[in-house]
Amino acid sequence: MRYMTLLRAVQPNTPPPPELMAAIMKLGEDATNAGVLLDTAGLAPSAVGAQVSVAAGSLTVIDGPFAEAKEVISYALYETRTKEEAVEWATRFMKLHLDLWPGWEGETEVRKVFGPEDFAPRS
Amino acid sequence: MTATDPPSATHRAVEAVWRIESARLIAGLARLVRDVGVAEELAQDALVIALEQWPKTGVPVDPGPWLMATAKHRAIDLLRRQERFTAKLNLLGRDVEIRENAEPDVDALDDHIGDDLLRLIFTAAHPVLATEAKVALTLRLLGGLTTGEIARGFLIPETTAAQRIVRAKRTLAAAGVQFEMPTPSEMTERLSSVLGIVYLIFNEGYSATGGEDWTRPELCQEALRLGRILAGLLPDEPEVHGLVALMEIQASRLHARTDTAGHPVLLLDQDRRRWDRLLIRRGLAALDRAETLGGGVYTLQAAIAACHAKAHRPEETDWSRIAALYEVLAFVQPSPVVLLNRAVAVGMAGDPARGLELADALVAEKVLKDYPQLPAVRGELLAQFGNHAEACGEFERAAELTGNEGERSLFLKRANALRDESGHRAPQQG
Repeated sequence: MRYMTLLRAVQPNTPPPPELMAAIMKLGEDATNAGVLLDTAGLAPSAVGAQVSVAAGSLTVIDGPFAEAKEVISYALYETRTKEEAVEWATRFMKLHLDLWPGWEGETEVRKVFGPEDFAPRS
Repeated sequence: MTATDPPSATHRAVEAVWRIESARLIAGLARLVRDVGVAEELAQDALVIALEQWPKTGVPVDPGPWLMATAKHRAIDLLRRQERFTAKLNLLGRDVEIRENAEPDVDALDDHIGDDLLRLIFTAAHPVLATEAKVALTLRLLGGLTTGEIARGFLIPETTAAQRIVRAKRTLAAAGVQFEMPTPSEMTERLSSVLGIVYLIFNEGYSATGGEDWTRPELCQEALRLGRILAGLLPDEPEVHGLVALMEIQASRLHARTDTAGHPVLLLDQDRRRWDRLLIRRGLAALDRAETLGGGVYTLQAAIAACHAKAHRPEETDWSRIAALYEVLAFVQPSPVVLLNRAVAVGMAGDPARGLELADALVAEKVLKDYPQLPAVRGELLAQFGNHAEACGEFERAAELTGNEGERSLFLKRANALRDESGHRAPQQG
């Protein structure tokens, strides 16, 4: 089963500590070598992004930054057998932030990617 | 996780940690105790302790190191008991050896984890073991699967799966198999045995040989995971990347291989929008690495799979390249199945007469006597010549031979369609 993890936090004013970045790289390497991490990347601030929306019957395109306080900072795509396994990897990821970036706050959402197992195979 | 979690949630969390850590745990312990059977029991002991304690205390913040520390303690206890026992027997040489082996290693366990995992992989697929024992032991020790999961994957009773593992461990111990890397001269053969086991697991999931289900995707996932682990451990081995590429590309079609009713859909009839683009991208990247490093038979097969993956529509398939790749593969590995696939590719590349000639040459092959794909391929080539009556008979024969229900109905459907066509066309031809 696939799980996408989405890290949401306030865009920081300072870059993350280098030790944290090194530890995140190491964790990513571990998860890749364990055969479970399929894809991951960081996202640039919404200030350089855009939002395309449909509301009140019309389509609008607005340049960033978006109004939300917290933004999606990065994502990862895991292939695991259970939700708990994906949660365990996300926990390890967040623990690095807890240990290596004092005062930082944020959350990682673990979301199941729909797969064929979610739809009845036989009608 | 907190202490207030219901036990079932904690239990599942423990299983998740086990799944992530068990291979490293067993590998590290095996280097200490020099016996994978004992190492696995020690790791299981640590799991049992976790299952007892964590529901009360909550899952520790560092569950992996916790399990490793707990298992190490038990390993040291065991080694001390052995040491005392050995001392009593006055086997001084062995005593010193244990001390030298065990003591410095305990602290260095984590530094060698890559080497240890490789040793574990090579031990689980050791030549003294029968194929089914290699498969069960690999899934158990490297994949962290329970005997129940292995049993379900291979449609065997759980007791059979458990026995295979117990016997495999006994065979390894009886043969005095050391927890060591193969020597450089053994390496090619041993690696090819490991890759063969991984691909066998994949294929059992990809084209289930028995039962009602056309595929068992969980087995494919296990094999892919093992392949990716190997690629991390042996980044310079072309065929490891070749096998990973082959499995990633084949797995990209898993969901398109069955229709909504669960019936099989052949490659050229598949809805290519349902192919998994991420797996194709990963597969093509792995193929690139494999080809850069030199390639081999898995790499050739991956290159063939890539020709299909790159074609957005069936008619865009580069059959000439596929036929050329099969010519090379038939030279390196002239197995009847490869030769049969070459016949298909040659036929599709625009020369059905030669394709049929190549397929006909295989009719006398003993190993293909009961192979359903041979009549199916001949049927397809005969149909290209408009010989619908004979083609129909070939598909009926293929349906008789296959052990898979889904495949049987597919062949019968094809046979019926050809019978209708031959019925309609016969008067015109006459």
